[in-house]
Amino acid sequence: MNSPAPSSPVLSLVGISKRFGPVVANEDVSISLAKGEVLALLGENGAGKTTLMNILFGHYMPDSGSVTVKDTCLTMGRPRDAINAGVGMVHQHFTLAPNLTVLENIMTGTEPLFALRARTGAARAKLATLCKRFGLAANPDARVSDLSVGEQQRVEILKALYNDAEILILDEPTAVLTRPEAEKLFQVLRTMAAQGLSIIFISHKLNEVMESADRVVVLRGGRVTAERATSATDKDELAALMVGRRVERPKRGDALRGPTVVEARGVDVTVKSIKVLQDIDFSLHRGEVLGIIGVSGNGQTVLAHLLSGLAHPGAGTLTVLGAPLGRATPSHLIAKGIGRIPEDRNTEGAVGDFTLWQNAVLERLGDSRFSRWGFVRSRPARAFCDKIIARFDVRGGTPDTATRNLSGGNMQKLIFGRNLLDGPAILIAAQPTRGLDEGAIAAVHSEILAARSKGCAVLLISEDLDETLALADRIQAIVKGRLSPPVASTGLDARRLGLMMAGEWDGLHAV
Amino acid sequence: MRFERRATRPPLLTIGAPILALLFALIVAGGLIALSGAPVFEAYRRIFIGAFGSQLAITETLTRATPLILTGLAAAVAFRAKVWNIGAEGQFYLGALAVAAFGSVVPGVIAIPALMIVGALAGVILLVIPVLLRLRFGVDEVVTTLLLNFIVVLFVSLAIEGFLRDPLAFGWPQSIPVPPEARLDKLVAKSRLHTGLIVAVVVAVLVWAIHRFTVFGLQSAAAGANPKAAEFAGVPITKTLFKVACLSGGLAGLAGAIEVMGVKGHVSTALSPGFGYTGIVVAMLANLSALGVIFAALFVAAMFVGADGMSRALDVPSFIADVTTSLALLAMLVALFFTQYRIAR
Amino acid sequence: MTELIEILFTVGLWASVLRIATPLIFGTLGALLCERAGVLNLGIEGIMTFGAMIGWLTVFFTGDLWSGVIAAAVCGALFGLLHAVLTVNLGLSQHVTGLGITLFAASFSYYIFRLAVPVQGSPPTVEAFENYPIPFLSDVPILGPTLFTQTPLTYLAIACVVILAWVMARTPLGLAIRITGENPHAAEAQGLDPIRIRIGCIMVGSALMAVGGSFLTLAAFNSFFPTMVQGRGWVCIALVVFSMWMPLRALLGALLFALFDAYQLRLQTVVGKAVPYQLFLMLPYVLSIVALVLMSRRARVPQALMKPYRRGER
Repeated sequence: MNSPAPSSPVLSLVGISKRFGPVVANEDVSISLAKGEVLALLGENGAGKTTLMNILFGHYMPDSGSVTVKDTCLTMGRPRDAINAGVGMVHQHFTLAPNLTVLENIMTGTEPLFALRARTGAARAKLATLCKRFGLAANPDARVSDLSVGEQQRVEILKALYNDAEILILDEPTAVLTRPEAEKLFQVLRTMAAQGLSIIFISHKLNEVMESADRVVVLRGGRVTAERATSATDKDELAALMVGRRVERPKRGDALRGPTVVEARGVDVTVKSIKVLQDIDFSLHRGEVLGIIGVSGNGQTVLAHLLSGLAHPGAGTLTVLGAPLGRATPSHLIAKGIGRIPEDRNTEGAVGDFTLWQNAVLERLGDSRFSRWGFVRSRPARAFCDKIIARFDVRGGTPDTATRNLSGGNMQKLIFGRNLLDGPAILIAAQPTRGLDEGAIAAVHSEILAARSKGCAVLLISEDLDETLALADRIQAIVKGRLSPPVASTGLDARRLGLMMAGEWDGLHAV
Repeated sequence: MRFERRATRPPLLTIGAPILALLFALIVAGGLIALSGAPVFEAYRRIFIGAFGSQLAITETLTRATPLILTGLAAAVAFRAKVWNIGAEGQFYLGALAVAAFGSVVPGVIAIPALMIVGALAGVILLVIPVLLRLRFGVDEVVTTLLLNFIVVLFVSLAIEGFLRDPLAFGWPQSIPVPPEARLDKLVAKSRLHTGLIVAVVVAVLVWAIHRFTVFGLQSAAAGANPKAAEFAGVPITKTLFKVACLSGGLAGLAGAIEVMGVKGHVSTALSPGFGYTGIVVAMLANLSALGVIFAALFVAAMFVGADGMSRALDVPSFIADVTTSLALLAMLVALFFTQYRIAR
Repeated sequence: MTELIEILFTVGLWASVLRIATPLIFGTLGALLCERAGVLNLGIEGIMTFGAMIGWLTVFFTGDLWSGVIAAAVCGALFGLLHAVLTVNLGLSQHVTGLGITLFAASFSYYIFRLAVPVQGSPPTVEAFENYPIPFLSDVPILGPTLFTQTPLTYLAIACVVILAWVMARTPLGLAIRITGENPHAAEAQGLDPIRIRIGCIMVGSALMAVGGSFLTLAAFNSFFPTMVQGRGWVCIALVVFSMWMPLRALLGALLFALFDAYQLRLQTVVGKAVPYQLFLMLPYVLSIVALVLMSRRARVPQALMKPYRRGER
């Protein structure tokens, strides 16, 4: 095995194990990091990358193992110790207080708590020096909630640097960035490494790992499966190491494109007096998948809500199945034959305390099969749920189990099942595979393609390039609330798609 | 100390939780009784005898339990949908006052059902205001319903010293009496126990059925447990919470109406020894289950009635009943927590 | 009609405004501190009652007024600790826990009081705090007899406002508290312990509430009787929203509220029997509701208020 471990590591993790109940998140993981090195921690969703880094930073207590930074052993479970030892972490879900200013966010916890006065002036000066040194611009007095996602990430990085971090950990740093932003980020990371900082970034994207890391550690099922210098490996090998048993994702067959079912012309949507969608045009046909690709926060949530009955069109015309949409409620749309996969399973998709059968029919209580004279007909509802469990292979529960106990993948199968069992005319799938493991992703993909081949019109809203290229017949990018013209996905590559997501729409061949 | 969520709720613990909570409260209260110098076991024996020791005691306990069942239901219905109705005390009084005000207006034949509806409506109106303020302006209904309690009690005082004053009450501030045809029949002769108890129990069963079998029951629970998911699923949140407010306020108003028609016959500011607030304790002890409310109300009523007798005999302040029930509430919260979580290593 | 305006120009009115405001200032500051750290403390009504009772009882037995205030603060902090263990460590519903604490603390006060002081014809009294005119300043016309001729507890309340305002806006501790109330995960990522910060804030906040309660029995009146807090705690919760979680605005809110209260008391004597006195008594509560409605749109609520925080759970 080719494992070029550094000779005098600034950081070493030895024998880390962590379980959550019956789930093994990390098992006997050992990693070391050299000064000035950029290390990528590569693995699928659920491989245990984030857990490992949270243990390193002291958010979680490991069951066993130790972390050593520059010859000092850290006390486990104490972020303060990690910070003092020079470890900084940029979390995937930023740990910022939106109502406070940039400077306040950065200063918090850096001074003795019971000082009579915060040394704001000194902090401001130090921040300015840091910004200059690493080429990171930031306005110290801006409120964090007014910043873009990219700017917020910069604040997270500055927070770590302000604490004199010498080891920087970034958890999926590019998940929320456009391609140009991501490229800029890696430039900054390179500068930092050149100045002697050591960097670990977590990723599941092979491209950025190959381009930006010196060395890569692959995690699978909570264990280290390989360690390689990027110069001594390639994408194919890494992909094999990351996935292990290769799960075949289903392939898309030819489209049998039918009549138009959704037609949007110049639609605006305003939420809380902010125009979130502007002048959008698209049409959706039976038997096709239309992919809407974009970095999150560009309006796709509202687009999904618009067709789910949670947001309503302002200007423009929006016809669904031959009738104008107007102020339709979710129940109207469901009755019309629209299936809806919510962006966030846990908060929108299901009531955790409810049983599976209750969640299966909650959105269909207007249906005479499941209610009569205001009473819930629980027997047909349980039968409906049983059918979903059997047909969509939901594991880990009976109709009377609390939904909270299902894994993410099984909860998503339940949600797909309740929408697809009746054969909807339209399916709105928002981020359908977010946070799922490879097996569940394949299952979701094949359900989407199966629906398509049955003549269902699918609107796929995703931020995953590979997923969109694999499933969609036509693709439109969403940028700052506007939609690009649609292009055929055949012949499109990730690079071209990346440019579309960054708003470069010139010379697109609309189809 | 860290806690981790249990995969399943152990059924034994779920049933045992209220019992453990009550035991805890009774033990601590025992310590407090000892503090007063009274013999603890003798005190508990007297509480038990005071509550269940004779036919009179039992009827008194049931009389006390009647309004508590209804205010407990009012809290349970609201809390299930996370509508924090802390205003049952006010709704109780307004319901009672409405009965006194309309008592002589409605014709005698239908007086009883009509006045019950009138009382319930008064409660509805009082709760709908803060719930609309929450839905429309985002004003926390906890504070508004609490403040309304004080406003209503002052209004009652104003009414019984003013336009509803009973001129025959020798200057006592109390309302004109409810006409005889609107008084509830006695269940047991020579006691205060009245048919209101039957109404309360029937209503509890009805509420249980609503929660268990109806679309509204499922939707209101969804709106409470996860409003975002409920909204996504097309549950009309505003409409549902409005209905919840009507049901909850109506139950508390009905409690006031029944108390006036069944026990006192007129309204004074001493009509309720905190029935509204105690309803919250009842609902929590019942873990928000409508059928559980009946038993929780019985326990709380027995505690109060029993403590009265014990207090007279042993000179222990009767506030011991309030201390015990509020402790039981806090202990119940902790016990319920441990049905969902366990201590991690 | 001129009488109604003349009231506003009497020294007595303005002196009583500060007196009425004092318990509200303490209570509002206490509730504000808890909420700034992300925890709603509906135990306030009960904690104020307990503070009033234990403060009075301590003075009744020891004769030392400041011992009474300290006893109230300590007991308040202990009730705060109970609230903190339930809502912060266990993450229980802050609404229900707070109400539970109010019911418990209030009934516990009555019980202890009855044990210590058996029923008598008229309630026993203590020597309450006297007004302490501040030398020189109290000789200033108008301001002297109003602002500078108060009991020491009133001065203490004002001092607490200034101290809390400074701590919140200018010190590392204040920043740590604010960030905990906005996003405890952000606090944790900076190496702070949001759980300890919350527990500390609730304990100190509850101590302030209890001291506010003790003002009632040690300065405003000289005896204790059940239900004497009369919803002042709930008014404080409303005033916190009115203050937009800022100590100086809390002082302003408490003073405004007290002004209305003092004015209506005097108005009653002027208007006499023409208007039922209950209408005047309702005014403060109605006013609180109105303030809540008016401020609800503009208020910037601490983002993590009422959201329990558990380490390692998102």
